Amino acid sequence: MNKTLLLGDEAIAQGALDSGISGVYAYPGTPSTEIMEYVQRTKDGKEGKVHCTWSANEKTAMEAALGMSYTGKRALVCMKHVGLNVAADPFMCSAITGANGGLIIASADDPSMHSSQNEQDSRFYGKFAMVPVLEPSNQQESYDMMHYGYDLSEKYQVPVLLRITTRLAHSRSSVNTIEPKEQKPVYTPEDSIQYVLLPSNARKRYKKLLGIQNSLEEESENSIYNKYFEGKDKSLGIIVSGIAYNYFIENFDYGDIPYPFIKVSQYPLPKKMIEKLCDECKEILVIEEGYPLIEESLSGLLRRGIKVRGRFDGSIPRDGELNPNIVAKSLGIEVQQTIPISDTIVGRPPSLCDGCPHSDTFRAINEAMSGYSKGRNFSDIGCYTLGALPPYQSINSCVDMGASITMAKGAADAGLLPSISVIGDSTFTHSGITGLLDAVNDKSPITVFILDNYTTAMTGGQFSPANGRIEEICKGIGVEEEHIKIIEPLKKNHRENVLIIKEEVAYNGVSVIIPRRECVVTLTQKSKEKKKAK
Amino acid sequence: MKKDIIIAGVGGQGIVSIAAVIGYATVEAGLFLKQSEVHGMSQRGGEVYSHFRLSDKEIASDLIPQGKADLIISVEPMEALRYLPMLNSDGWLITNTTPFINIPNYPDVNKILDEIKKYPRNISVDADKIAKNLKSPKSANIVILGCASPYVGLEYDKLENAIRLMFKRKGDNVVNVNLEALKAGREYKN
Repeated sequence: MNKTLLLGDEAIAQGALDSGISGVYAYPGTPSTEIMEYVQRTKDGKEGKVHCTWSANEKTAMEAALGMSYTGKRALVCMKHVGLNVAADPFMCSAITGANGGLIIASADDPSMHSSQNEQDSRFYGKFAMVPVLEPSNQQESYDMMHYGYDLSEKYQVPVLLRITTRLAHSRSSVNTIEPKEQKPVYTPEDSIQYVLLPSNARKRYKKLLGIQNSLEEESENSIYNKYFEGKDKSLGIIVSGIAYNYFIENFDYGDIPYPFIKVSQYPLPKKMIEKLCDECKEILVIEEGYPLIEESLSGLLRRGIKVRGRFDGSIPRDGELNPNIVAKSLGIEVQQTIPISDTIVGRPPSLCDGCPHSDTFRAINEAMSGYSKGRNFSDIGCYTLGALPPYQSINSCVDMGASITMAKGAADAGLLPSISVIGDSTFTHSGITGLLDAVNDKSPITVFILDNYTTAMTGGQFSPANGRIEEICKGIGVEEEHIKIIEPLKKNHRENVLIIKEEVAYNGVSVIIPRRECVVTLTQKSKEKKKAK
Repeated sequence: MKKDIIIAGVGGQGIVSIAAVIGYATVEAGLFLKQSEVHGMSQRGGEVYSHFRLSDKEIASDLIPQGKADLIISVEPMEALRYLPMLNSDGWLITNTTPFINIPNYPDVNKILDEIKKYPRNISVDADKIAKNLKSPKSANIVILGCASPYVGLEYDKLENAIRLMFKRKGDNVVNVNLEALKAGREYKN
């Protein structure tokens, strides 16, 4: 047994490696990025014994992992919560095909939206797909649950969803690791049409999924990760899930907890355990990170049974991340009064780095568009989303990966002319290409800026699948060659760039402008590495 | 024994390195630790912090409860002030006095420093100046750690060992200059 300091994300990665996975598939997204990055730094990752290159998006990642599982090998696919929306189609259907080799989908939620556009709760996807969900409360469980999860996945031939949240993903603690297992040999599914979801076959497979539900519930009932703790004071029974367990325990300082409570870390919910708690206690408090999933299951639509407290009745705020203080208040424990925060302090929002190519691009776009009314710039997800803030205040939307191009198209279809779109290189290959194809087919009068800094910058500079081929991709899907312009976003080129932009914005068809200059962060890293090599 | 430490600054100021040094030293001392940090969007010049908890008993929460922190180590004065409500009634505030101004509405620095000085248990140090004098401007974060070293609940030589371990890859010069930075901080008096 070894002891290692690991982030929650890293514990998942190490757990997967020690479970004998043959590959990890992922697209970067905070707070999940470090899972893949960890595997890439290991010996097995570097030597290619475990597949660990980035995928173009979460859907392609999910499908590749499903393909690996088809061969009997163990696979891991990781994403942030909104990435699971992108992967939802193969994810939902993978519950019907089932898994052959163990398959775990790790989805990292971001309550309080530290780096995200919503705070959706991945556990709902698990329930939706009717697959087991594991929700570790700490780094050690994150590691252990990978071993457990792969066994569970293979025992029932079903994919398993592992859900964590930001705080666990990015918190480090000591983890005990065990001897790694060997990778599995190739063995294709016994049933040769298991993965063929023709209606007649899909109906059979769906019944099979429905058929294992009672067993999955039984597994939860007997799981080492779901535990009933007795307590003398039956005025209140408590259900805590995932990381909320830590905040709950913190408030009792490892002393006795007077109330009966259940720690939940595996779903479907352990019904008998919860039934016992409800029979024993006068009311129930549910403490869960994310949406009130357990609370809603318990209280029902009419809220007529036992009194259930939680996010719906205001015992806990309806939105946002939990912390020890929020949990204390819900338990009626007094929170330490402290020095109030000073009025002098101002917020320090994130901003584009000094010398960032995007700042030159935004200055040029703003000047070129100054003759039109505001509200025409549809943008996307990446560092350039910061172009919404002063001093640029250039963009008017950021919704989901790729939406910039399609929203500009819709606005142009509606008559908002000109409409422009700003998207990064990696976001373009993630989900922008199909939207551009729609625009080309309709000859939509939009100008698309594909900001090429050669990297997936926001998440820390990962490989960008376009890999210097953006103009080729655009040409390939039919953008007219004379309306694909490459500019270098630099102060000295400002006047020239403004003229090019004005000209293309005036064109009554699809134009693509590629402002191309390397991200200053990756550029600095590279020059440091070069220096070191010397 | 238990120490709850908030490490604060602006993205890119080296707060992760401070946490890493304390982390190595904590492991060497055979103590439990939990350390949460900020990745993602805020790292682009926004406010960043790390909750560092070390103890001889197992630690439950990854986050320090409000009013329970024993120590704030800040590489930037306004960021130090931001986390003051986290301190317990006899906590220490150790901060750099050199502001990191990357916003147009940064308040008057003197006002910030005055408010910090009103707090009785503070060490305010111009770590940037000390680091420059040591010809290692990047070691300002280690100077601050040196100032905080009497309060972190770890023996000084464990911190030194951690620096040796952490900077070993970068060569003896880097190790030595950071050891000097740690010492300069340790010896600093308000």
